[in-house]
Amino acid sequence: MAQLSSNLLYVAFFIYFAASIVFAISLFGRKWRKSDEETHARKWGMWGFALSTVGFLFQLSYFITRWIAAGHAPVSNLFEFTTFFGMAMVFAFLIIYLIYRSNVIGVFAMPVAIIVIAYASVFPSDIQPLIPALQSNWLKIHVTTAALGEGILSISFAAGLVYLVKTVNQTKASKSTFWLEFVMYSLISTIAFVVLSLGFEAAGYSTTYQFIDQNEQQVTVDYTLPALAGPNNGEYVSGNEFGPLFETPGWMKGEKAAHKLNTLIWSMVGGLVFYGLIRLILRRRIGAAIQPTLKNVNEELVDEIQYRAVAIGFPVFTLGALIFAMIWAQAAWTRFWGWDPKEVWALVTFLFYAAYLHLRLSRGWQGEKSAWLAVVGFVIIMLNLVVVNLVISGLHSYA
Amino acid sequence: MSDKNITCECGHINPYGTEICEVCGKPLQGDLESKKLLNMRYEGSARRSQTYKTTIIDKIWNFFSSVKVGIWIIVLLLVASAIGTIFPQEMYIPPLSDPTVYYKEQYGVLGQLYYDLGFHNLYGSWWYMLLIAALGLSLIVASLDRFVPLYRSLKKQRVIRHESFMKRQKYFGVTEMKENTANLQEIKKALENKRYHVKEEDGHLFAEKNRFSRWGPYVNHIGLILFLIGGMLRFFPGMYVDEVLWLREGETEKIKGTEEAYYLQSDGFILETYDNNDEKFKNAIEESGQAAVAKNYQTDAVLYKQVGERIAGTEPKLEKVKEHPIQVNKPLKFDGYAVYQVDYKLNELQSMSFTMDNKETGESVGDLTIDLYNPDKSYDLESGYRVEVMDYFPDFEFNDEGEPTTKSKVPNNPAFILNMVSPTHPDGEVAFVAIKQNLEPLGENDYKMSFQNVDTKNVSGLVVRKDNTLWILAIGGAIFMIGVIQGMYWNHRRIWIRRKENDIWLSSHTNKNWYGLKRELESITSQTGLQMPMDQAEQKK
Repeated sequence: MAQLSSNLLYVAFFIYFAASIVFAISLFGRKWRKSDEETHARKWGMWGFALSTVGFLFQLSYFITRWIAAGHAPVSNLFEFTTFFGMAMVFAFLIIYLIYRSNVIGVFAMPVAIIVIAYASVFPSDIQPLIPALQSNWLKIHVTTAALGEGILSISFAAGLVYLVKTVNQTKASKSTFWLEFVMYSLISTIAFVVLSLGFEAAGYSTTYQFIDQNEQQVTVDYTLPALAGPNNGEYVSGNEFGPLFETPGWMKGEKAAHKLNTLIWSMVGGLVFYGLIRLILRRRIGAAIQPTLKNVNEELVDEIQYRAVAIGFPVFTLGALIFAMIWAQAAWTRFWGWDPKEVWALVTFLFYAAYLHLRLSRGWQGEKSAWLAVVGFVIIMLNLVVVNLVISGLHSYA
Repeated sequence: MSDKNITCECGHINPYGTEICEVCGKPLQGDLESKKLLNMRYEGSARRSQTYKTTIIDKIWNFFSSVKVGIWIIVLLLVASAIGTIFPQEMYIPPLSDPTVYYKEQYGVLGQLYYDLGFHNLYGSWWYMLLIAALGLSLIVASLDRFVPLYRSLKKQRVIRHESFMKRQKYFGVTEMKENTANLQEIKKALENKRYHVKEEDGHLFAEKNRFSRWGPYVNHIGLILFLIGGMLRFFPGMYVDEVLWLREGETEKIKGTEEAYYLQSDGFILETYDNNDEKFKNAIEESGQAAVAKNYQTDAVLYKQVGERIAGTEPKLEKVKEHPIQVNKPLKFDGYAVYQVDYKLNELQSMSFTMDNKETGESVGDLTIDLYNPDKSYDLESGYRVEVMDYFPDFEFNDEGEPTTKSKVPNNPAFILNMVSPTHPDGEVAFVAIKQNLEPLGENDYKMSFQNVDTKNVSGLVVRKDNTLWILAIGGAIFMIGVIQGMYWNHRRIWIRRKENDIWLSSHTNKNWYGLKRELESITSQTGLQMPMDQAEQKK
């Protein structure tokens, strides 16, 4: 059952990939002269939507079969949560598509969902037993609602990105073009991280170092990527002999600081290489290269979708990530609120989208300003997923 | 003040500061014929903050009613909250560590700075509290400032709207009446099919739906204010109880915080772990590097209630209330209290047994068992032998002066000074007895205490909570959710239809989701043969 489940996830992943391509084709109406633009877009859009739906159903089957195999809702560690978050994004996209029939959102939303699911694959996917704190019906209620809320909010990011790519002036370099390229680079870095991690893992790469940590304990650390940044005063123990090229500075504390720094450097350098290659091929900014394909996109509609996703997602997020979270925390941890980092970041996300709504509704922040806010919102959601779980330790560090 | 009221040409007297007549919609300020679209925010009603700006009270009111200020408060709270997660808060650092050195040791110079700035206790700091208070004030003032005039405007609006009002809406269109144009009744029907409430006056129509959605923001702000009040109530005595209770197997203890009315007995603590060879979880447990993964922490508890008055010096009379296995996620609940499973200690020392031996012959002259929580003063071993407990150190250590002392009342490292009385030594011989130690501080003895064994028990770490603020937080949370959904998932749409000679004027407004309104207008106009109104905001570009 567990095997079947992970196969279903693979299938879903590739169908999502196909759906993204089909959505992209739907935009290139001008180059496919066989039919007029509108019919072309409608036809390919329908196929894109159908494929996304099929992919979603496959992922849903993954979810159900894994649930059966594990005996509990598969949202209990980083692998399971992140894949579920990707699925929630696809689900949110399907709903938004039904309301607005916008193909261009699919061109951006589906790849982001794919990157999220690919990122999940870096974490161990073994079925884990539930520790006592997680044995509650609130596990499925709280986590799924929170992830769904974040998924809907992510659609706002996709729409914001469309808006920016379409409207940012690409004739000259500016702050806007820089940050837009930075967003592209960040997405590419995530892909680089996944590709490098899985690649070296498949090659069986591993180096073990030992060093003395700040509590004066001897600890060992396993590197699964070649060591660029080694532990401070680390000693080689076993495994591949490459590196380290330099030592992690002593002020970076924490048991895994060196390992995390190494991974970060690899992702950033890898992302830079990928990004550089793409720029070499395109011979202009990625934003500038995509812009012409969005010529027929109605930017007001995209802006509306961007806002609507927040309007729909904000209540769902609040319900799942704050209210249900508080109810569960009261039962499991004796208090509904305890300033645990994950709790705080849920509050930060809530405050951010509250500010977004007030800026938009009362201060008239629409269009580009609003689109940038949607991008920042997604960054906060990702921080909460990645940094808070992996860097800051707290009660939510289950994985 | 009343002389400043503005009388509109329709005869309605508007409060001072009104921008758009509450009744007919005629713009009261600025150039009537300008092409500029009307600012429909808050219906152009007279908001106190926009009208009165002189006294101190006006200025404070205006400060807190400003959305800009509100957003700044939100952003400051957001940034402060995020900063609080960079390093762990004081409550999350290891229990016995000293924060003055912990942050520096663990996180270096930045950690020291973090501590010096007081960020290790950020969420309880005066300035964080002040920000939350400012947020509460802003919520109240900003809501009142807008809700009252908005309510007035929407309540008083009339079917017939001033021409200048209609022309300056985002969606506005004029249809010349032809044969195939629908008549008023048909238009009315089409609007009603879209669930509009339609009012008719002198051949003009006013269609409106989901006005309640406009109250969403104020409802959710009320919810938030209640929630903040709930958070404040915690600091009032009696509202909140938070006690730790360590309970040994087989023992009955008063439940602290319940004014001694309740007692809890533990029938045992259970720790279960997952089977490491379980097919399903084998890989994950191996990967985790842990020896075992916990499956269940459970205290089999019996709750008793004291009956009648307790007379000093006597045991209380107890009546069993209920049995409940307390597990993580399944607290024992009674009378507003909840008892949670949060911690445990396995194999805590309970009692120690010794024999008293004659050193020369090696013969035992008797044995005794000392309850480490409640040692007797003396243990009679018959035939003239007796052991007196002169001093007891449950958690023994030598203090700075080299004298024996105890760190705590928990028998982690019990030690005794015993006086061994025998027929040959009727005054007794003094021995110092601890784990793996046997000293004779006052010189060579003829008898010695030989350690036999220990008895251990499991101890449950429980937390007793009462939180009388939960109900108001729950109500606040529920109202907030209702308000947010009400405001976000519905849109307030209005369509005005006005006959003017042979033309039909149509204008429309929504507070948000213009795309939805446009689709609705498209459907209505195509059914009725009316002209689809233009988007005047788009035209101007």
